[in-house]
Amino acid sequence: MNQPLLVTATQKAGPRLTLAVGALVLLVLIALPLLSLLPAGHSLQVSAYTLTLVGKILCYAIVALALDLVWGYAGLLSLGHGLFFALGGYAMGMYLMREAAGDGLPAFMTFLSWSELPWYWAGTQHFAWALCLVVLAPGLLALVFGYFAFRSRIKGVYFSIMTQALTFAGMLLFFRNETGFGGNNGFTNFRSILGFEITAQGTRAVLFLLTVALLAGSLYLGWRLARSKFGRVLTALRDAENRLMFCGYDPRGFKLFVWVLSAVLCGLAGALYVPQVGIINPSEMSPTNSIEAAVWVALGGRGTLIGPLLGAGVVNGMKSWFTVAFPEFWLFFLGALFILVTLYLPRGVVGLLKKRGEQ
Amino acid sequence: MPKALHSLLLALLLLLPLAARAAGDADYFIAAKPNEQASLLQGWAAQPDPARLELLSSLQQGRLGPDDSRKLRLNNRLRGLVDNALASHRLLSDDARVRLAAAQQLQKSAQPAQVAFLDRRFASEPDAAVHAALGLALANLQLVATDPAVRLAAVRLLGETGDPMARTRLESLLDPSVETDPTVRTAAETSLAQVKRKLLIGELLGQAFSGLSLGSILLLAALGLAITFGLLGVINMAHGEMLMLGAYSTYVVQVLVQRYAPGALDFYPLLALPVAFGVSAGVGMLLERTVIRHLYGRPLETLLATWGISLILIQAIRLLFGAQNVEVANPAWLSGGLQVLPNLVLPYSRLVIIGFALCVVLLTWLLLNRTRLGLNVRAVTQNRNMAACCGVPTGRVDMLAFGLGSGIAGLGGVALSQIGNVGPDLGQSYIIDSFLVVVLGGVGQLAGSLWAAFGLGIANKLLEPQIGAVLGKILILALIILFIQKRPQGLFALKGRVID
Repeated sequence: MNQPLLVTATQKAGPRLTLAVGALVLLVLIALPLLSLLPAGHSLQVSAYTLTLVGKILCYAIVALALDLVWGYAGLLSLGHGLFFALGGYAMGMYLMREAAGDGLPAFMTFLSWSELPWYWAGTQHFAWALCLVVLAPGLLALVFGYFAFRSRIKGVYFSIMTQALTFAGMLLFFRNETGFGGNNGFTNFRSILGFEITAQGTRAVLFLLTVALLAGSLYLGWRLARSKFGRVLTALRDAENRLMFCGYDPRGFKLFVWVLSAVLCGLAGALYVPQVGIINPSEMSPTNSIEAAVWVALGGRGTLIGPLLGAGVVNGMKSWFTVAFPEFWLFFLGALFILVTLYLPRGVVGLLKKRGEQ
Repeated sequence: MPKALHSLLLALLLLLPLAARAAGDADYFIAAKPNEQASLLQGWAAQPDPARLELLSSLQQGRLGPDDSRKLRLNNRLRGLVDNALASHRLLSDDARVRLAAAQQLQKSAQPAQVAFLDRRFASEPDAAVHAALGLALANLQLVATDPAVRLAAVRLLGETGDPMARTRLESLLDPSVETDPTVRTAAETSLAQVKRKLLIGELLGQAFSGLSLGSILLLAALGLAITFGLLGVINMAHGEMLMLGAYSTYVVQVLVQRYAPGALDFYPLLALPVAFGVSAGVGMLLERTVIRHLYGRPLETLLATWGISLILIQAIRLLFGAQNVEVANPAWLSGGLQVLPNLVLPYSRLVIIGFALCVVLLTWLLLNRTRLGLNVRAVTQNRNMAACCGVPTGRVDMLAFGLGSGIAGLGGVALSQIGNVGPDLGQSYIIDSFLVVVLGGVGQLAGSLWAAFGLGIANKLLEPQIGAVLGKILILALIILFIQKRPQGLFALKGRVID
C-alpha cells in the first residue's frame, strides 16, 4: 500500500521518533525568543511579528488541549471555551489597564465620565490579585455552570447548545459600556507589566517562554491525567455513562473536575495571550471563536494529546496565511475543513497516523 | 342626469373666481418675508377656505402649485405652520377619515387663534370619532382659557384620553405658577393619574405584542429544528442559514417581479412563499443526502459539520449579493398599522406574520398527524430500528423531514424579510434563541415548541424595558438552566424506554 513517507517513518520508528520530534519542537520554541533578542538586521533575528504570531498560536494550542480534555476524554463538546479564555484575558487586562493608567482611571472610564472604579475593579492594581482573578473568574463560572449542568445530566448536543448560549450571553454583556470592561473596544494601549515595558523585546521573549512553559506543563498534566485511573473513568464516561453508573461510579464529580480544570487552563492561556497580542475585546467570546477551537481539536485528533496542538498550529497557521492571500475564501476553506474532517477524519490526523501504525 | 350636469356647471362657475384667488394667494405668499408668511399661514389656519386646500397641499410638498416651478424655501417653523393650516382646511373635507386625521394633527399643533373655528366644527361634527378627537384638540387649547370653569372642563376631558400629549400638558398644570386655580390643579392631578394608567396599559400591551411577534418568528425558526432534532438527534447549525436563504429568495423574487411584472409587485411576498420553501427545502435535502446522513450516530460531529456548511452558505451569499443588507420593501397592504390605543399601534406586517406562523404550525400539525409521511416521521422519531423493521424507509423519511424542517425555516425567512434587515448574518442572530426554544420545548413536539417560542418571545420583550435587553437575555438563560434541572427533557417530553 502506498502511503506518505512521514507515515511510513512514524510506523517504523514508533514512539522514539515522536519523542525526538517533540524534543526538537520544544528546542525550536525555546530558541525562538532567544533569537528575537539578537540585534536588528542579524540574519538569524526573529521579528517581533513572528514571535507574536507563534505566541498567539501557542495560546490557542493550550485552549485546544483544554478543550480536548473535556471533549476528547470526557465526551463533553463545549462550544463556550472562548468565554473562559476571554475571562482570563480580561482579568489580566484589568491589571494592565490599571498599570497603564497609573493612579488615574483607565482611559475608557474617563470617556464615560465615570468618577470612580466599579467595585469589581478593586485590587486589580496588584499583579497577584490579577493572577488570582485569572484562575478564579473562569474557574468559578465553570464550577457553577458545571454543577447545575451535570446535576441534571445535561450532555451531548444539549450541553453544547447551553455552553454556546453561555458564551453568547457573555459576549452581549461585555459589549455593553455599562458593564465596565470597555464595551465594544475592550482593553488596549497597554504600557507595562510589572514595571517592564510591554513592547520591549525582553518582555516579549519572557512572555513567550512562559507560554511555552504553560503549554508543556498542561501537556504533562494531560498526559498524567490520561494515564491515571481518573483518565480511564473519564473515557468510560464518554463511551457509556450509564454503564459506568451501574458500576457504582458517580460521574458528576469526575465531569466537574475536568470541566473546571479545562476552564482554568483556558483562563491562563487568555492571560498570556492578552499582553502578547496587546488587545482583548468581546469578540473573543463570540460563538464563532469557540466553535473554531473545536475544529482544531477535531482536525488534530481528539482523545490524543498531541493532536489538538497540531490542529491549532495548522489551522491558525493557515488562517494567517489565507486571510492575507485570499481573504474572501478563508470561510469557504474553514467550512470545508469542518465538513471534510468530520466526514473523513473522525479520529483526526494523529488518529490516521496511529491507525496506519497499528496495521 | 340634467340635474347632476347642472350642479357640476354651477360648481365650475363657482370655482372659477376661487381658483383665481388661490393663484393670487400663491403669488402673495412667495412675495412675503418669512415672518409675514408665518402670520399669513396662521390667519389661513384660523379661517379655512376650501379654495386654499390645493395651495397648502402643494406647500407641504415644497411647491407653490402642481404646475408651478418657482423655488420655495420653507424653514421648520413654517413647515409646521403649513401642516397645521392644512389640517385645519382638511376638517372641511367630506371624508370622515380625512377629518379624523386632521383632528388628530390639530391635537398636537392647534393654535389659540383656531379656537373659534374648532368650536364651530366641534358643534356641527356628525362623526363620533372625529367629534371626540376635536373635543380633545379643543381641550388642549382651552387649558389656557381665562375662565376657570372652561379650564376645569378641559382638564377633565383630557383625563379621559390615553394620549402621551395629554400627559405632558397635564404635568405642566401641576405647577402653581402656571395654574392659579386650586380646583383645576386638583382635577389635573386626578386626570393625570387616569392618563398615566391608560398609558401604562398601552405600553404593557405593546410589549406583549412585540413579544408575540418575536415569538412567532422564533416559532418559525425553531419548528423545523425541533422536527429534525427529534428525528435524527442532531442539531442543524446551518438552520439559521435556511432562514437567510428564505429571506434572500424573497429578495430575488421581488427583483424579478419588479422587472417582469411590475403590476403584480404588491403580491410578491405570496409568490415568494413557495419559492423560499422550495429553495430552502432543496438545499436542506441536498445537505442531508451529501453530508448529514454519513454522520448518523455522531451528533457532535454533525453539529460541527453543519456549522461548516453554514460558514460556506454565508460566504457564498456574501460573494453573490455583497456583504451589505439588501433592500426588501413592504408591499402596500403590509405597511401601516392598526391604531388600538393612542400609544399603541400594531403594524399590519407583524399581525400578518403572527397569523402566518400559526397557519404554518397548523399545517405542520396536519402533516405530521394526518398523512402517511407524518406517521412515518413519528414512528422513526420514537424508535428508528423498530420503524425500519416494520418497513418504514427511514433514509427517505429522514431526507423528507429534513427538507420539511428547512422549508419551514425558509418560510420564516420570508416573514423575517418583511420586518427586519436582510443580510448574510441574518440567521446567526436568531439561531441561538431558536436552540433555546428547542431545549425548553422538548423535541419532536409541536406544542412544546409553540409554548416555548411564545413564552421566550414574551419574556424577552417584557424584561427588556425593565432591566435592559442584555441582562434580560442573561436572566432568561439562567432561568432555562434552572428549568431543565427540573425537567431535563423540556416542557413536553416524549415518553421512551430506550437506554444506551
